Amino acid sequence: MRDVAVVGFAQAPNVRSTPGTTNGVEMLVPILAQVYEQTGLSKQDIGFWCSGSSDYLAGRAFSFISAIDAIGAFPPIHESHVEMDAAWALYEAWLKIRTGEADTALVYGFGKSSAGQLRRVLALQLDPYTVAPLWPDSVSIAALQARLGLDAGLWSEKDLAAVAARSRADATRNPFAQVSGGTEVCGVTELLDAPYLADPLRAHDIAPVTDGAAVIVLAAADRAAEFAERPAVITGIEHRVDTPVLGARDLTRSPSTEAAGRAVGTGGVEIAELHAPFTHQELILRTALGLGDDVRINPSGGALAGNPMFAAGLARIGEAASRILTGEASKVLAHATSGPALQQNLVAVLEA
Amino acid sequence: MSTSLSAPLDLAFDYTRSLGPVLGRFAAGLRERRIEGVRGADGRVHVPPVEYDPVTAAALTEFVPVSDEGTVLSWSWMAEPLAGQPLTTPFAWALIRLDGADTAMLHAVHVPGPADMSTGMRVRARWAAEPVGHIRDIAYFLPVGAPDGPSPAPPPESAQDGVMVTPIQLHYRHSASPEESRYLRGLAEGKLTGQRCPACGKVYIPPRGACPTDGVPTVDEVELPDTGIVTTFCIVNVPFLGQRIPPPYVAAYILLDGADIAFLHLVLGCDAAQVRMGMRVRAAWKPRDEWWTSLENISHFEPTGEPDAPYESFAHHL
Repeated sequence: MRDVAVVGFAQAPNVRSTPGTTNGVEMLVPILAQVYEQTGLSKQDIGFWCSGSSDYLAGRAFSFISAIDAIGAFPPIHESHVEMDAAWALYEAWLKIRTGEADTALVYGFGKSSAGQLRRVLALQLDPYTVAPLWPDSVSIAALQARLGLDAGLWSEKDLAAVAARSRADATRNPFAQVSGGTEVCGVTELLDAPYLADPLRAHDIAPVTDGAAVIVLAAADRAAEFAERPAVITGIEHRVDTPVLGARDLTRSPSTEAAGRAVGTGGVEIAELHAPFTHQELILRTALGLGDDVRINPSGGALAGNPMFAAGLARIGEAASRILTGEASKVLAHATSGPALQQNLVAVLEA
Repeated sequence: MSTSLSAPLDLAFDYTRSLGPVLGRFAAGLRERRIEGVRGADGRVHVPPVEYDPVTAAALTEFVPVSDEGTVLSWSWMAEPLAGQPLTTPFAWALIRLDGADTAMLHAVHVPGPADMSTGMRVRARWAAEPVGHIRDIAYFLPVGAPDGPSPAPPPESAQDGVMVTPIQLHYRHSASPEESRYLRGLAEGKLTGQRCPACGKVYIPPRGACPTDGVPTVDEVELPDTGIVTTFCIVNVPFLGQRIPPPYVAAYILLDGADIAFLHLVLGCDAAQVRMGMRVRAAWKPRDEWWTSLENISHFEPTGEPDAPYESFAHHL
């Protein structure tokens, strides 16, 4: 089967709130134009289209159908959609190219997280019989996970603040970031002075509520040189899932990430973009993937600098691929998560 | 440019779910104020029960009664409770392993403040006053030994077992696109405003954020007349909840003169059986003082009596 490469990536600015519609068209039209320009492709050249978004985020049924206006679906196109982060849409597109059904694919994700009350809307992805009727919000669930690790001595509040401080400092170099700041304004000591938002988590431990969108163009590796000077070839990609029963798994570990990481092989990775919407989750992922201190984590600032729902995981793949496209690195890792407390995880390794 | 229109959008619906044998037995137990788990293939007792073993996927059938007291494995503090949560005053979320169980359940713990919470503390279920066979029959948990008054007696057997109803309420701020906003503001003045795609020249009403053929925003404004034709239609014979007009009546695609896309509206003012493809129609507007930013300003469309449009003239719009 053929290899697949990332040949283009663009993202909308990560912002607290856009005035646009929940179907994402306003955010998508400009970034679609950017990837056409990067790759020299036009919409007639795209063999397969796939997107990730959520009707619950939009508050209306079939909201992703309206987004299709942004890609101009005439003459009729081959199109699909996943109701999860668009990293999983990328997986579907990767399969289409691997199996020879398409040479090129365009993958996009978008979310207007600000339209509803995000932490409450996300309660509806929990078990509908015994958990969701209690309306436990996504931040509280992450806080339960964080305390398990604190109590077990796996990390300290200072360790968590260090993740936040590094992410914010890195985000100052990311023009798309929503949250950033140098160490002079958000050093570890200053961060630990902040009050708890959801004890044991403080505001800096929690990804912001973000509106945003991202788009990636894939091509069969044997054609990728037509669209990019230094394509980022996906040499491994795998996704796994853990039980949805929160009280039945060890929340301080991520067995699905461990399994996905083992399957793709993480040796020799120089840079990793990890989709960790909470500081302690970066530490869980780092351990699960066996990433040593020599691996640069989230030079973009990561999800703590901006977490557009259903696009942030795809953006991690895009950010990682960009390091290869621009020549900064030759082997990178990207991770995406979906669901509560790192329930579902996707890991990809990309090489020059 | 004026700002886009936005408005609150409140959704509410009841999820009515069938429970099946495992969750049904769990819910029926809760209604009788007892908690049952299920034994997994490895001997572990799952509470809440799972229908299939998480490792072997075998169907699980051995029910095990467990205590309504247990131990807090982890907790977080909910300083500002959100709508729908078990308590309206600040409380703790906790993962609680009930005595006799091997997995933890998520629920609320009612204590005055975070200083009253600790990992390893003992808690017990506080039952709801009128249990119905639902996870909310456990109102919340309390520290063991906390004063809580006498528990009411278990209710009698119920015929409602096997189903649970969960009300869902969500609140959004819905925004119209700039193009839709111009269209809606036009309607408030009795105008039908379409927009033209700069690439293919097609006129859309309502206008779109992007032309579905070309993927570029529609820009040029076009004021359209309130006359057009019926391209296709259906006769509604079925009564349904919230119906405003007694059936039979006609819902039709109306293609305004000069537009390239039809929209859905009502055709009234004639016998439903008289409506046909190509029929000429005109908008029947409500009184001006009832107009707002809505297509509801047009009550319905009605026949003009002009000759029908030939099929060939609208076949490409079907």
